[in-house]
Amino acid sequence: MINEIFLMNGYGVYVWSSFLFTLLSFLSLYVVINIQYVKEKNKFISKFGNLNSERAASAKLQNINKEILSNSSNI
Amino acid sequence: MFKLFEPNKIFSITSKAPKYVLLLFIIVLSVGLTEALILSPEDYKQSHSVRIMYVHVPAAWITLGIFSAITLLSVLGYIIKIKNFFLIAKSLAPSGFVFNIVALVTGSIWGKPTWGTWWAWDARITSMLILALFYGMYLLSWRIYENKEKVFKITSIITILGIINVPIIKYSVDWWNTLHQPASINIFTKSSIHTSMLFPLLIMTAAFALFSLLIFLMKYNTELIKIKNKGLDRL
Repeated sequence: MINEIFLMNGYGVYVWSSFLFTLLSFLSLYVVINIQYVKEKNKFISKFGNLNSERAASAKLQNINKEILSNSSNI
Repeated sequence: MFKLFEPNKIFSITSKAPKYVLLLFIIVLSVGLTEALILSPEDYKQSHSVRIMYVHVPAAWITLGIFSAITLLSVLGYIIKIKNFFLIAKSLAPSGFVFNIVALVTGSIWGKPTWGTWWAWDARITSMLILALFYGMYLLSWRIYENKEKVFKITSIITILGIINVPIIKYSVDWWNTLHQPASINIFTKSSIHTSMLFPLLIMTAAFALFSLLIFLMKYNTELIKIKNKGLDRL
């Protein structure tokens, strides 16, 4: 059974390499996009932290800014 | 109605959605992989190499769908002057490009045991390669041009030129004598694929669609935060 799943009548190398390439492509894209997201978010948080209280209060009037600050998960 | 597409309104949804989409993607992909690699039967002609279909075909379908969506959004964005349509189109492009590469590479791997060659300048394969070039040009334009109006115009032109290639890809197997087999699945007529293979194919398609949705949401949120970063600079 295990042999059949891995070797697949000699086609295993083609099948497994196709699936592996697909999953690695997905993983790479996910990592790259997540890095970009975290980078922009950290930039936003640091810029927001440097605003004086008046400007921060004005920026916080926008819902989207509040959302960015409140949503602290990475994705 | 178009107020619904305002980034401020969309962000409250798009910022929370990725974690649920990721969870759903992992579940659907796990079921799809089990079906595709273990439970589905081998083909009487192609033996186990037919399993490559479960990654190759969904990737090809989704890359074509994404390119069509990008074109529609770019053209509508240009006509109705809704900038958010360009942002949505831009956020769809990375996953569309990766699916195009996956379709080309897995097709090439499938070609070796089936046709005895990794590559042939066959109409279907060549037109898919051309689509990858259009994706590349589209993504590069966003990187190269700073001026928004210019980039909207150039990306719209690229997608309009690129969309001509989409029906060529679809009908290339009917119009020319190609190594690539004709379509086995047709919405309007009876499909020639057995349900035992159609089921895993549809599950894998759902998994790939969820992955492109996940990447789209993450990219779209990144683009919105980028705009907000520029806004903070102006305060």
